[in-house]
Amino acid sequence: MTTVDDQSVGMDYLESFPKKFLRVYLPLGLIIFFLLFPFYWMAVTTFKPDAEMYDYEKYNPFLIAHPTLEHIKKLFFDTDYPLWMWNTVIVSVSSTFISLFASVCAAYAIERLRYTGSRYIGLAIFLGYLVPPSILFIPLAAIVFQLGLFDGNLALILTYPTFLIPFCTWLLMGYFRTIPYELEECALIDGATRLQILVKITLPLSLPGVISAGIFAFTLSWNEFIYALTFISSSENKTIPVGAITELVNGDVYHWGALMAAALTGSVPVVILYSFFVEYYVSAMTGAVKE
Amino acid sequence: MAVIAEPVAAQVKRSSLWTRAFESRNFLGAMFMVPAIAILILFLAYPLALGFWLGMTDTKIGGVGRFIGFQNFVSLSKDSVFWLSVFNTIFYTVFASIVKFAIGLYLALLLNERLPFKSMVRAIVLLPFVVPTVLSAIAFWWIYDSQFSIISWVLIKAGILTHYIDFLGDPWNARWSVVLANIWRGVPFVAITLLAGLQTISPSLYEAANLDGATNMQRFRHITLPMLSPIIAVVMTFSVLMTFTDFQLIYTITRGGPINATHLMATLSFQRAITGGNLGEGAAISNAMIPFLVAAILLSFFGLQRSRWQQGGRD
Repeated sequence: MTTVDDQSVGMDYLESFPKKFLRVYLPLGLIIFFLLFPFYWMAVTTFKPDAEMYDYEKYNPFLIAHPTLEHIKKLFFDTDYPLWMWNTVIVSVSSTFISLFASVCAAYAIERLRYTGSRYIGLAIFLGYLVPPSILFIPLAAIVFQLGLFDGNLALILTYPTFLIPFCTWLLMGYFRTIPYELEECALIDGATRLQILVKITLPLSLPGVISAGIFAFTLSWNEFIYALTFISSSENKTIPVGAITELVNGDVYHWGALMAAALTGSVPVVILYSFFVEYYVSAMTGAVKE
Repeated sequence: MAVIAEPVAAQVKRSSLWTRAFESRNFLGAMFMVPAIAILILFLAYPLALGFWLGMTDTKIGGVGRFIGFQNFVSLSKDSVFWLSVFNTIFYTVFASIVKFAIGLYLALLLNERLPFKSMVRAIVLLPFVVPTVLSAIAFWWIYDSQFSIISWVLIKAGILTHYIDFLGDPWNARWSVVLANIWRGVPFVAITLLAGLQTISPSLYEAANLDGATNMQRFRHITLPMLSPIIAVVMTFSVLMTFTDFQLIYTITRGGPINATHLMATLSFQRAITGGNLGEGAAISNAMIPFLVAAILLSFFGLQRSRWQQGGRD
């Protein structure tokens, strides 16, 4: 696969700036404004005192006259938010590592050991990727209940890999395919076992793929909602998305400040991680689609 | 695909059954597959089968159900709320997918131009996809607030409206509002994956077309679209699957209201199974989604085969 960054035809220096502005920059700017506005609004609401939030006559709603940390303080000290954050971290990290371990082994076996029927298993795993959580959560709830995992982190740690493993395996299979066989054959002749080959040759060479899969899996489990909503009932075991939507709304009273603060602070960790690994993230996302 | 050379170590004297087993490709393969297969069978294949079974029972939460055949489907076929949710799901999927595709392709073409800070722009564009959906949906919920909606405020200040829009209180307003939120969330995925596809098209094709005097429109129609069509099929299949089975946005913004006007099949099955306790009925509703999903997957699969065949590749 060749990536061609600059595919302009070589004559676009002839295009005048006003024309290019109308054709490219203006529509691009409008779409980006549309995509970013909800984040701006989230941030503005987080730092706005209640008095300004509900008075559009006296204060311009787009600006903050007296920025405050009151909502964030309320969120961190008056609610279980720190616990939700902790649960989300534990669940995301553990399910990511479990999935990475299982996927590395599976992808290596499918791509490199090529045991009888490995093609079909590979295809079956890809089909697993197409099964959406919204048709699995009801029977899974019954299973989680039977196994006595209900209302605990373990319920999520064990069920998140169901959508992470197919994705990671599929992605890693693509990366393993690019490593030349000759390297493994050399190692085999030198007497290395398959496990040694995997750990010392294949894994280091496909590190970018492992990082991509890991980053993407982490953000997917951080964002997961329907399983966490179904399998967790007590406040101290909830994850951030579930806690924000179920515990910060009392009846008809919406604490918009605290809600927006939860939305903002719950998004910041994934955005920071994403900003460090943009290229890996994009390659994971497009790699899964490109096959 | 090249065939692996038989390991040279095969000539070495085997000491025991155990070491021999570890040199057998099938045995080793099975060992390597254990973690993944164990999790996938227990938490993916088994629930999938259990779901079919539950859909044919009258199981309640905490109770044991008995087999009632297609009774759940018969009662659903007379349930107007169920049919409303089917209508809503199709409405939501069709409109959101069409707009996501149009804006996504347009955005991908724009991002493929020569731009300053290109990689930063691309990173920013992807943000709505990265941020947890529920958390950005909460922001949309606040943007659609009936008294303090910023959209209404701007439109009133601009003199276009005289009173606040009731975004989530009116059935059709609510439907379009959640479609808009879904578009916002889905455009980046479509745009960035299509951009990756655009970048693999060789510039020499465009140069040749230029020499032949092709216009912009002709280049797009006869080079970009055909070269992009396989990836378009895959991206749109994913997008349609995700939209059709969407749960998070609806549950956060409207919870299916007002008067079930935005209930999708996924949210309705949650309401019946988990909130209402009728696991069997809820499972029947989720099973009813499966034919639609299979149809979407088959459609794109055969479309892909056909275009591959047309381009002279083997399948």
